[in-house]
Formats: sequence, C-alpha cells, structure tokens
Amino acid sequence: MSRDPASGMAAGSRPRRPVFLQPLQIELPVTATVSFGHRVSGLLLALALPFLAWVLALSLRDPAGYGRVLAGLHSLPARLVLVLLAWALAHHCAAGVRHLLFDAGIGTTLPVARGSAWAVHAFALAVAALVAGGLW
Amino acid sequence: MKAFYAGMRGWLLQRATALYLLGFVICFSLRGLLTPPASFEAWRAWMLSPGPRLATLLFFVAVALHAWIGLRDIALDYVKPFALRLAVLAAVAGGLAATLGWAALTLSS
Repeated sequence: MSRDPASGMAAGSRPRRPVFLQPLQIELPVTATVSFGHRVSGLLLALALPFLAWVLALSLRDPAGYGRVLAGLHSLPARLVLVLLAWALAHHCAAGVRHLLFDAGIGTTLPVARGSAWAVHAFALAVAALVAGGLW
Repeated sequence: MKAFYAGMRGWLLQRATALYLLGFVICFSLRGLLTPPASFEAWRAWMLSPGPRLATLLFFVAVALHAWIGLRDIALDYVKPFALRLAVLAAVAGGLAATLGWAALTLSS
C-alpha cells in the first residue's frame, strides 16, 4: 500500500490536507507539554520497575545485600537517576490526579486547565529539587 | 455491547490502579521519610510483616497492569510496522510479567 510520506495516510484515502510536522517550530501550549510529560514520565517509571524489583530482592536477602543497595543508591550515577525518577514520579502523579479530576468534570475550562498544567510542571520540578537537596 | 466495553475496561483499570498506586506511593514515601529503617533487620522485619508485604505485592500487581495499559498505548501510537509492534508488545508483557513474578517470589519467601 502506498502511503503519503507527510501524513502517513494511505494515498487516496483522505483528501490532501496541509501537514506541518516540525515539532521544534510548533509552539506547544503548556497543556500539551504536560500531556507529553505524562507519557515520558510514565515510560521512565516503567523502565525503572525491574530495577525496583531487583533492589527490593537484594535489600531483603542478607545484610550484605542491604549494604550494597544503600551504597549503590548513594553513588553519583544512582543519585542522578533518583532525581530524574523523583521528577517522573511527581509529574506522573500530579498529572494523573489532574486527569482524574477531569474525569470527574472538575477543572475542564481552559484557564483552569492551563493553570493546573503549570502547577503540575512546578510541583514536579519542586519535588525533584527537594530530592536533589536531600541527596547532596 | 462487548465492543463498547472493550475500550472501557482498560480505561477503568488504568484509573482504578492509579488510585491504589497513588495511595501506596504517598503512604510508603511518608513512612520512609518519617521513620527510615535503621538496619537490615528492622527493614526486613517491617517489609515482611503482613501489612506492608501484602500492600507491596498488590502494588506490583497494580503497577504491572497500569504500566501495561500505558506502554501498550504508547506502542500503538508510535510503532506502526506490525511485526515490530508485536515484538515490542511481547517484550513489554514479558518484562512486566517477569518483574511481577520476581517481586512475588521476593515477598513470598
């Protein structure tokens, strides 16, 4: 099947429309960056899950394993990852609560949705900064 | 009717698990911040006591379901070639199932 390279649509299936897919030139509204951040943070958290299971198993195995986990979590790369994951967890939770409120019909007008979107970004950065402060 | 509920089930499961995960994250974060475990023995005794053990097991079940729905949505949006999509979905399902199994083994020992 031949596809239109710009739209990805099957050729001839839709009338041709102008397509402008230049992510760096499109000015995304803050609600869109929160939506994208929700995806990115969810993906990061999902990638961290196997490591969480590993850390849990190792920390419960014996005192040596417990010590290895503590020492490992205090290493520089681990601390950087922890700050990133703290951002991801805070962002994902806050944006998720915002979504649940939308489901309940709360905060769905544009000014309120914009305000809560800024609040999600601010909260996530604040949590990441607090965790960074606690780790250094 | 079945087709109507087909998308509804994932949507509802995503939100139901989200509520549990949110409660779990808040409770365990507060507990860890307020009374961090003092030693291996204290950590093990607390983690393997019935309440935290069951809550953590439920957490891994809920997070596996929640992550499956989210990662599936991402894969369906961005991975178009059928064979690659199937491979990605299989890897995600396998990874999540293995993670859940590992956590369940840890918590049942």
